[in-house]
Amino acid sequence: MNIVVLVKQVPDTATRIKIASGGTEIERQGVNFVVNPYDEFAIEEALRLREQHQGQVTVLTVGDEKSEEALRTALAMGADEAVRVSAAATDSMTTARAIASVVHGLAPDLVIAGKQAVDDDEGQVGSLVAALLDWPQVTVVTKLELKDGTGVAEREVEGGVEIVDFSLPAVITAQKGLNEPRYASLPGIMKAKRKEIRQVSVDAKTVGEPTLRTLSLQLPPERSAGKILSGMDASSAAKELVRLLHEEAKLI
Amino acid sequence: MILAVLEAEGGALKKISFELLTAAARADEALSSGGVTALLIGPGAAAAASSVPAATAREVLCAEGVAFEHYAPQAYAQAVLAASEAASAKAIVFGATSYGRDLAPRVAAALSAGLLMDVTDLFAHEGGLAARRPVYAGKAIAQEHALGERAVAAVRPNAFAARSQGGAAAPARALAVEVEAQNVRAKVREVRRETGGRPELSEAEVIVSGGRGLKEPANFVLVEQLADALGAAVGATRAVVDAGWRPHHEQVGQTGKTVSPGLYVAVGISGAVQHIAGMSSSRTIVAINRDGEAPIFKLADYGIVGDALEVLPELTREVGRLKG
Ligand SMILES: Cc1cc2nc3c(=O)[nH]c(=O)nc-3n(C[C@H](O)[C@H](O)[C@H](O)COP(=O)(O)OP(=O)(O)OC[C@H]3O[C@@H](n4cnc5c(N)ncnc54)[C@H](O)[C@@H]3O)c2cc1C
Ligand SMILES: Nc1ncnc2c1ncn2[C@@H]1O[C@H](COP(=O)(O)O)[C@@H](O)[C@H]1O
Repeated sequence: MNIVVLVKQVPDTATRIKIASGGTEIERQGVNFVVNPYDEFAIEEALRLREQHQGQVTVLTVGDEKSEEALRTALAMGADEAVRVSAAATDSMTTARAIASVVHGLAPDLVIAGKQAVDDDEGQVGSLVAALLDWPQVTVVTKLELKDGTGVAEREVEGGVEIVDFSLPAVITAQKGLNEPRYASLPGIMKAKRKEIRQVSVDAKTVGEPTLRTLSLQLPPERSAGKILSGMDASSAAKELVRLLHEEAKLI
Repeated sequence: MILAVLEAEGGALKKISFELLTAAARADEALSSGGVTALLIGPGAAAAASSVPAATAREVLCAEGVAFEHYAPQAYAQAVLAASEAASAKAIVFGATSYGRDLAPRVAAALSAGLLMDVTDLFAHEGGLAARRPVYAGKAIAQEHALGERAVAAVRPNAFAARSQGGAAAPARALAVEVEAQNVRAKVREVRRETGGRPELSEAEVIVSGGRGLKEPANFVLVEQLADALGAAVGATRAVVDAGWRPHHEQVGQTGKTVSPGLYVAVGISGAVQHIAGMSSSRTIVAINRDGEAPIFKLADYGIVGDALEVLPELTREVGRLKG
């Protein structure tokens, strides 16, 4: 069972966002970068599948040299190999094309991505890669079982869970609930430092034309100060709140 | 033409479908594309088509048959592509639901089209389609432009006002789609329902969410009672989900669901950034917290500084009196 895990380096979720002077990107200075939280579930799932079915876990990122930190974290958790892809990718489609071309060469049984990257919040790269490879996909997965070239996954949908049958090779995207990601052990971290990260370049022709362009990035408008009731007993506060919601906000 | 990929269940259109028709009209205006064609795929498509108002769509295409009996991304993508072709669509709009989020990328990849995901507004830019969408968990808003001849967009539930229902129905016709079974390698076998009779979080107009301030799992009955009085869905923070007080599907936030109801009531919730990430686009936010300095009050339109265990029963009673 050979598995490729797609990993993206993103700003820590608690980061305060500042817009850089061009007005289309965030200010990267002083930002703490981490492995995309959903990709941690993806790495963990791959490691567990390797424990069950043997094989290899390869982590892959499309990014600059700094993004190798994310690969090191994945290696420290226990991944066998790491690949950094250099490509002139500027949006999800070009990123997915670069990933698909490298994955095609690696020919794994399974690709696991995160449900979404918490910077662009798009949640499309996993399915795009599946479509480009003409592989099946199961997204937002909270439970996964594989057997003899097929799999059963549970995916979260509005108001319930879908149980999906699929065949390998396939792309899965990981949602919280799939597992509890392990922490890297100290020996793991030491070992990861010495591991080689393979560099792969994908040419401009394969990456193709971008399909999206960011026109602007802005901070959301501030919310105006609310009416906060304090120092009242529970009953009068409740009466007043319901009155406000009924008469002023006209919500109930 | 704009193709709107509607959603139905048991032969009835879902709420998101009416919002999609609004979004499609917006896209049509932006691109002067010549109107809106709707598409319904799966069992009950034709039945649901009869409630698509003629005022909102020129035509409804219906793809039914064995290939679409259960959701299968590869088969459904084929149907969307066939409909897009039939309608000469300049843009295809989906709901940013578990269905649309799963399906839209497959369609975008096949068309090499830009996919505007989880958008809250659509507009024209240099002859193409552009959108506003929250990024960085709602801490910033991006405007993105879909390049190329065709665009795909998935619209956030509750972001567009629903088109009015009723009136004459748009004409419907069956869409023939060839799907080869061997090309469909993932298929839903079964759907397990988990809402226990309450509205579903992502679609709910009103949500009452509880956090660690409820003190113990048993006290969540107070949250449920207020929710039921308001006809609301129940949400929770990660803290109480991880503690096993509430099921995972109720979690709101960065690693849970993104919601944007008309009214969000946060009870005993501090307002951590990762929670806010999932609910900050709610239209009106109400906070109930013992600590007047809790960050959630910075976001709240209304609030009560007080003990949730005392305030909740009073609120439920008041709402009951008003509605009763
Ligand atoms: C990568 C990452 C992802 C995360 N994703 C999510 C997510 O998706 N969703 C999420 O919710 N969190 C998420 N978190 C966790 C988040 O950081 C917070 O820990 C969590 O939201 C806190 O939950 P809480 O508000 O219930 O608890 P607390 O922060 O403990 O707040 C409890 C509040 O209750 C108030 N209170 C106490 N007693 C009473 C009373 N009697 N009456 C009224 N109020 C009272 C307190 O004043 C306090 O404000 C994530 C964290 C990380 C690191
Ligand atoms: N540059 C990238 N390199 C590797 N994997 C990526 C990259 N961008 C996105 N992904 C993967 O795709 C998932 C969804 O990302 P997105 O579509 O950007 O929200 C992430 O959780 C990653 O698993």
